[in-house]
Order: sequence, then C-alpha cells, then structure tokens
Amino acid sequence: MIKNKKIDIKGVAIEGATLLSALIIIAIVVVMIVVIVNGGKQQLSWEFLTSFPTDGMTKGGIFPAIYGTFMLVIIMSVAAVPFGTITAIYLTEYAKENSVIAKTIRFAVRTLAVIPSIIYGLFGLGFFIKFVGAQVDSTFYGGQLKWGQPNLLWASLTMALLTLPVVIVSVEEALRTVPKDLRAASLALGATKWQTIWKVVLPGSISGIMTGTILAVSRGAGEVAPILFTGAAYYLATLPGLSDQFMVLGYHIYVMTTQSANVDQTLPIQFGTTCVLLMLTFLLNMTAVILRYRIRKKKNN
Amino acid sequence: MTKKKSKKELLNRNTESVNIDITQKKFRLSDFLAEKVIKGVAFLSIAIIILIFVFVFRESLPIFQPEKATVGLVTAKQEVQETYGEVTDSLSTSPAVQETYGAVKDTTEVQEQYGAVKDTTEVQEQYGVQTKDTLGGIQADDTYTVSSGSGYDHNRAALRSLGTTEWVPVSEKPRYGILALLMGTLKITLISMLFSAPLAILAALYTSVFANKKMKEIIKPTIELLAGFPSVVIGFFALMVLATFLQSIFHYDTRLNSFVGGIAMGIAAIPIIFTITEDALTAVPKTYYEASLALGASRWQTAFFVILPAATPGIFAAILLGIGRVFGETMIALMATGNAAQMDINPFASVRTLAATIGAEMAEVVFGDTHYNVLFLIGSLLFIFTFLLNAIAEFYVKGKLLKRIQGK
Repeated sequence: MIKNKKIDIKGVAIEGATLLSALIIIAIVVVMIVVIVNGGKQQLSWEFLTSFPTDGMTKGGIFPAIYGTFMLVIIMSVAAVPFGTITAIYLTEYAKENSVIAKTIRFAVRTLAVIPSIIYGLFGLGFFIKFVGAQVDSTFYGGQLKWGQPNLLWASLTMALLTLPVVIVSVEEALRTVPKDLRAASLALGATKWQTIWKVVLPGSISGIMTGTILAVSRGAGEVAPILFTGAAYYLATLPGLSDQFMVLGYHIYVMTTQSANVDQTLPIQFGTTCVLLMLTFLLNMTAVILRYRIRKKKNN
Repeated sequence: MTKKKSKKELLNRNTESVNIDITQKKFRLSDFLAEKVIKGVAFLSIAIIILIFVFVFRESLPIFQPEKATVGLVTAKQEVQETYGEVTDSLSTSPAVQETYGAVKDTTEVQEQYGAVKDTTEVQEQYGVQTKDTLGGIQADDTYTVSSGSGYDHNRAALRSLGTTEWVPVSEKPRYGILALLMGTLKITLISMLFSAPLAILAALYTSVFANKKMKEIIKPTIELLAGFPSVVIGFFALMVLATFLQSIFHYDTRLNSFVGGIAMGIAAIPIIFTITEDALTAVPKTYYEASLALGASRWQTAFFVILPAATPGIFAAILLGIGRVFGETMIALMATGNAAQMDINPFASVRTLAATIGAEMAEVVFGDTHYNVLFLIGSLLFIFTFLLNAIAEFYVKGKLLKRIQGK
C-alpha cells in the first residue's frame, strides 16, 4: 500500500455537508406532507368530498371545486395531449436533428416551459376572452356577452398552453425509446412513413404519452395563477357548464386562506382542501414517476 | 437484379412477383397530408410564443399613447362643442369631459381658458356662438367642477409615474410606481436564491458523485415529487406553518414578509436548480473523475475541483432558470409575502412582487382602464425578462458547456 488511508476530516466534513443538503431537501418535503396530511385528515370524509359548501363557505364540502378541477383537466388534456404528441412526433420522426426549424421549435417549447404561469393568465384574458371570445360574441350572439367573459373553456385552453411543454417533453422522450430497428423493419415491409408512425411507433410509446398526460394533469390541477382571472370563481351554487365560471381546488385554497372573512373558523376546510389537492397531485406524480422509470429501464435494456 | 445481399435486395427478391420499385418514392396523399398537418402543428409552439408576446403587449399599448380625442381645445371647435353638450346632459359621468381635456395637463390652464369663454369676446369667437348658447353660466361652472378632478391625461400621468416608488393604483390621482414592486421582487429573488441554490447544488453534487444507488433512488423521486407540488400548496404551507415557525426563531414583527416568501419560493425553485445541475454534473465525462482519482486526489477534491468547475455553465443555467421561476411565481408571493409595496431593504419587511400585483389586482380592475394597461405592461416586462433569462441559459451557457466538456 502506497499510503495509509487516513481519516480525512476535511473530506468527511465536505461530503457530510453535501449529504446534509440532500437530507434537508428530503426533510422539507416530508415535513410539508406530514403537516398538511396531519392537519387535513380529520376533515377528510366522504361527505366533505361530495357536498356543497354551506353556511357562507364556513361549513360543508368541496364537491364543486373537485368537479371544477376535474372538468378543467379533462378539457385541458383533450386540447393539449394531441397537439403535444403531434409536435413530439414532428421533432423525433420528421425534423432533422440539427435543422434550424427543429432547434427553433425546441427553444420555443423550453421557453413555454419557463414563462411564468401568470403570463398565461394575462394571455388567456387578452387573447381568448378579449379577442376570440369577443369576436365570437359579436359574430354569433349579436354582441350579447356570452363567451367574451371568463369561463371554464377559456381557462382550460389557457391551462392547455401551460401544460403543452410537459406533454411534448415526455412524449418525445418516449418516442426515442422505440428502437430504430422496428421503424426500419416496418418501412422495409412496405409500410409508409405515416403507417409506421401510426401502427408501430405510437403503440410502442403509449406509456410515454400516458406519462405526459398524467404529468400535465397534475400540473394543471395544481396551477392557480393562469385561471385567477380567466374563469375561477369564489362560490357557485350550481355545477358549471362550458361557458360558466367554475370553482377549482387550488383557487379555493387561495380564497379561503386570504380572502375569507373568518380565516380561523375555516381552517379545517383549508387544510382539508389542501390535503385533497396534495394527495391528488401526489398520486398522479407517483404514477408518472413509476411509468417513466419503466420507460427508462426499457430504454437501457 | 444483382445478387448483393443487402437488406433491400433481399426484400425485393422475396416480393419479386409484386414488383415494387422501392427506389422510387410513390406519392401518397395520406402520407403527404399527415406530414403537412404534423409540421403545421409543430409550428404551433412557436406561434404561441409570438401570440403571447403580441397579445400581452397589445393590452398594455394604450398607455404609450396619449388618451384618445385629445384634439386641442382651440383648434377643434366642433369636437369641443359636442362634448360640452354631452356633459350638460349627464353631469355625473365624467369620461367624456376627461377625454376632451386630455391634452390639457394643468387644471389651472383649463380654468383660464374656461374663464375666457365667459369673459372675453376674443375666445368667444374661437369657440363660436353656439358654445355660449348651449352652456349657461351655472352649467359651465358645474362642468368645470366635474372636469377638474379628472381633467388630466391618465396615460401620460401613469407613464410618468412608472419610475417612482409609490404604487397607489386606486385613488384620486393614481400612481403606478413600479420601483417598489421591482425592488420587492429582486429582494425575494435574492433571498430565495441564497437559500435554495447552495442547498440544491450541494444535494445535486452528492447525488451525482457521492451517493450510492440506493440513496439516488430515494433522492431523485423525492425531488420529482417536490417539483410536482402545486405552488398554492407551498404557499399555504408557508402561510400557515413556515411563517409562524420562522417568526418564533427570528422574532420579527410582521409575520408575513419577504424572508418567509423567499424561503417558500426557494422550496419551489429547488427542483429546477437540482435537476439541471444534476444533469450538468452527470454530463461531465467519467474519465475526468477517474483521471483525477488516479492522480491521487480524494473523492471530495475530485468533486469540488474537477467535476464542479467542469459543470459551471450548467449550474449557471440552473440558477438562471431558478431565478426565472421565482421572478414569475405568483401564488406563493400572494399568500406569504404580506403584499405591501414599500421600499425597504430589511428582509423582515413585507413586500409585494410584480407577479403578485398582477394576480391580486387584475380581477378587480376595470377592463381597458389605465390600471389594466399598467398591469399588462408589468406582464410584458415579466415575459421579456424570463424570455431573456431562458435565452441566455439556452444559447450562451450550452455553447460554453459543450466547448468545455469536449475540450475544444
């Protein structure tokens, strides 16, 4: 042995510091989950999940908020997933890796991912409501205000734009895991490029599309800033249609904690709602993480 | 047909009876259409970026123009008359008057001119006789009182007040000084970066260099979970738990302040910084690591003096994107920062950020109002800022990183 291995105090301390940072981050996550679940667990009941708010929002359940969130993510997915998937297909199957177009699109996608969510809200207001909605109103409804105001449809479409990059990135990753040989074999058998994509590549990457959708849904369910002024409402006595404002879990938490007249009295509801939202996103993310893990494993094999 | 054993030839031989010439591409409508549609959709993401900029900026444009119908009082007689007529009809509503007086900046000026109408014949000539007919003396006085309060150009005043520190959008004389908001945003960004950047970078270093496989499998999913936390949940946690906890440690006065907000936003920024840093660290070739160890350096020396410097551009990009995230974060800012626009370097004072201002006030503002335009202007600023940050992270940093790792 050239040199006896001494206990390097400095080295241990520095390694320990990096380990500590990692542990602190884990601790923060654990503490947040424990505190919120602990605060909300006695509030969670079937009744809480399925009834309307009562007594001026101080009692009752959060059913309209859950319903609103559900509708929001469904419309959002219907809009975002096809467009995201097609963009990903273009990037992997058609565009040349280093072409200017592909690079520009990739840059645009990454920019979309970092634009603050509140900007999407402003865009939703300026484009969907004040421009598209107002045009529709003046064309089909004779200037009567129907679509030119905040509603579920515009909020969902705004959210779809926000989640588009999530879908694109996940699907692209999955498409790349489909082996080149499969494509070559399909083409060699006489299939056209589109037939190859439709019959071979897409079925092979279905789990990636699922991952993208789930991540997008999780993101969309949790974001509040884009829908602050494109459709979210404080309280509604009825379940919303496409052209109505709607209640949503995240916005419900925000208004209950900051605008409610009696914050202390509604504390259990706040914790309960946060707990529901957290568990929802938690479950979705877990599923996505597992799915993605399996995709990566497949790629490595 | 040659007997070469290439794939194509083999295929051709097997399907000789069908006799497909695969060297010549046959035109297929479905394929052609599919390609065009896919290409078109792919351009959507570029279009969205442009649309976002155009529409957010468009709504803020009116502020750069003087208010409409600011034709000079003296030059456009007809205009003046019409508007005076309207005012006499509905004295309580001022918008019409506001518009006419738009060009006049000083209220005393208005008084002088107005007085002139009544007193001197010189001005009477300019206004025409009709003016005198439609406006009785008392009516004229009334009109004046209405116009005096709002008789100045809102857009000009708003534009001029942008560089001040007072944010008082709802008042007799609204002031839109964004300096205090900007300062609040920067303060929070600084605090959150001081908190999250070292934590995330060290943790990433641990994960990519020191950690064994088991630890990696704990840390990475945890970070992914944290990335999936809705910001409203983090905001709620900061508001309910973190604020009280930190106050009991540091004993400051205001419960919600930039410190609490900064820490909470730091939590939100950790996953971004961690992920990008970790990618950059893993991208450093393994040979660097092995060479350093072979030269006798210990693991921590290798980590800090070889791997970390090699990945600096990537870490820089990570911090830039973290800043972008914090800069535009709305819900945490709304819930945990106290929302008071004040110029104060004290980290324990309440602040208000740019994004929170948009979030809090847009719902209550009158559409098309000056206040509305100013909020969109702030939005455009945020957009441009994050766009630039991302562009820097993308082009400058990536180029440098590649150069460094490939040793060119």
